Amino acid sequence: MRKKQLISAIFFVLSAFFAQAVEVGPEDEEKTGDLKSEIKAYIRHHLEDTHDFSIGSYTTDAGKKKYIGFSLPVILWDDELVSFSSGKLKHGKSVHKAGSKYYKLYHGKIYRTDAEGTITYGAGKKVTNDKPLDLSMTKSVVTMLFTAALMFFLFRSLANSYKTNGSIAAGVGRFFEPIVIYIRDDIAIPNIGKKHYRKYMSYLLTIFFFVWFLNILGLSPLGINVTGNIAVTFGLALLTFLITNLTANKNYWAHIFWMPGVPVLMKIVLAPIELLGLVIKPFSLLIRLYANIQAGHIVLMSLIGLMFIFNNWLGSSLSFVLAFAISIIEVLVALLQAYIFTMLSALYFGFAVEEHEEAH
Amino acid sequence: MEKLLGEFSFGLFIWQTLIVVCLLLLLRKFAWNPILNAINDREEGIRSALQSAEDARAEMQNLQADNVRVLKEARAERDGLLKEARDIKQKIIDDAKDEAKTQAAQIMKQAQVAIESEKQAAVAELKQQVAFLSIEIAEKVTKETLSDDKKQTQLVEKLLKDVNL
Repeated sequence: MRKKQLISAIFFVLSAFFAQAVEVGPEDEEKTGDLKSEIKAYIRHHLEDTHDFSIGSYTTDAGKKKYIGFSLPVILWDDELVSFSSGKLKHGKSVHKAGSKYYKLYHGKIYRTDAEGTITYGAGKKVTNDKPLDLSMTKSVVTMLFTAALMFFLFRSLANSYKTNGSIAAGVGRFFEPIVIYIRDDIAIPNIGKKHYRKYMSYLLTIFFFVWFLNILGLSPLGINVTGNIAVTFGLALLTFLITNLTANKNYWAHIFWMPGVPVLMKIVLAPIELLGLVIKPFSLLIRLYANIQAGHIVLMSLIGLMFIFNNWLGSSLSFVLAFAISIIEVLVALLQAYIFTMLSALYFGFAVEEHEEAH
Repeated sequence: MEKLLGEFSFGLFIWQTLIVVCLLLLLRKFAWNPILNAINDREEGIRSALQSAEDARAEMQNLQADNVRVLKEARAERDGLLKEARDIKQKIIDDAKDEAKTQAAQIMKQAQVAIESEKQAAVAELKQQVAFLSIEIAEKVTKETLSDDKKQTQLVEKLLKDVNL
């Protein structure tokens, strides 16, 4: 238990400002006692999106588990709009009655249950309870809103600084302006071409900074994992997919359905392959970002966990050095993944607007 | 794959898409377009400033070349003028010489004519004189009433001797 307190203590110190402890009775689940499985559960829990903004938890001497953080609004669509604070769910320890229905949080998901909160299982330990459409403001949503607000503030001030400072960026804009120019000159123009790049610039800049900021935030001790969430990367890739295909020219579609310059038989063979490629391209985008960030978080947290497994000076400090090195690499990965996502999006846009002078 | 799908949260996807699309539209209007336009304008400004500096330099060079050319021309013209002046001087001198020569020749001619006419006049006068003398001599001869031929001849000779042409 002492070790577990140590893990939590780091988070506790950092979150002392907005400590809003929620006290929960003695835990019944996850009480395996085994340190390894405890760390495993901790990492798994960290990677998931949660309904409350918890920064950490610790167990009191009396055996009570305390959570530090704040509650977020839960919004459900269950034939009608149901909304309540996530604090009411007490981290899955209690059933909440909203209207005439009962809801329970179980492994990060909200299910409709009876008054006792019974969870029924079907084949293969699958929960068979009804699941209302969950539109809650989860931790990830709040982080994204925060990032969006931060971006709006930063780039609005950069845009304004041109007017007030005689066409020269001022303040923090001096840092971001070269990045904007880099995206324009080294990502957008080479891939899309001078003629069409302008209409894609807003999207490329938005996703680059959005992904980058979220990746960096994910490395902060707040323990947020937004870009390592498949729903988020799916949403981003879907936007790239939609923009690519909605702005594509005749040439692009001709290359997919009726490849010019090859025999008819080849055209028929190539069409389904090209059509598949249409989907695979954005799919690779979503998997790449998800997997990289997810893997980074797992490795980093495992190394931190190793410190407590070794529990000696030599092993633990070695783990610490490793974790530190990986953290630095992860900062680079955060930038690199944002760059790759933007770069590949630009490349796909380039395919969509490419103009061929001659058939090949 | 099943785990991935199990992790997929539709609510998060909806929120994410909504946030990104709103952010995209807002930033496009309030940030990206103003920023890109400002950067573009600035780059255009720098480019045109550099271009005009280059133009000014070229113009300066042209001007310098022009100056050199004008100087050269002026020098050539000066040389030309000097040469012309020299030529004119020579010509004037030559002309004057010619003029003097013809003048002198004319004067000489006139002088000769005058001399000739003087001579003619003198000859005529001489002739007249001779005639007159002859007559005088003849008169004297006749006056002396010549006794003989010898004396006559002597006399004529003596008289002729006296006549000094």
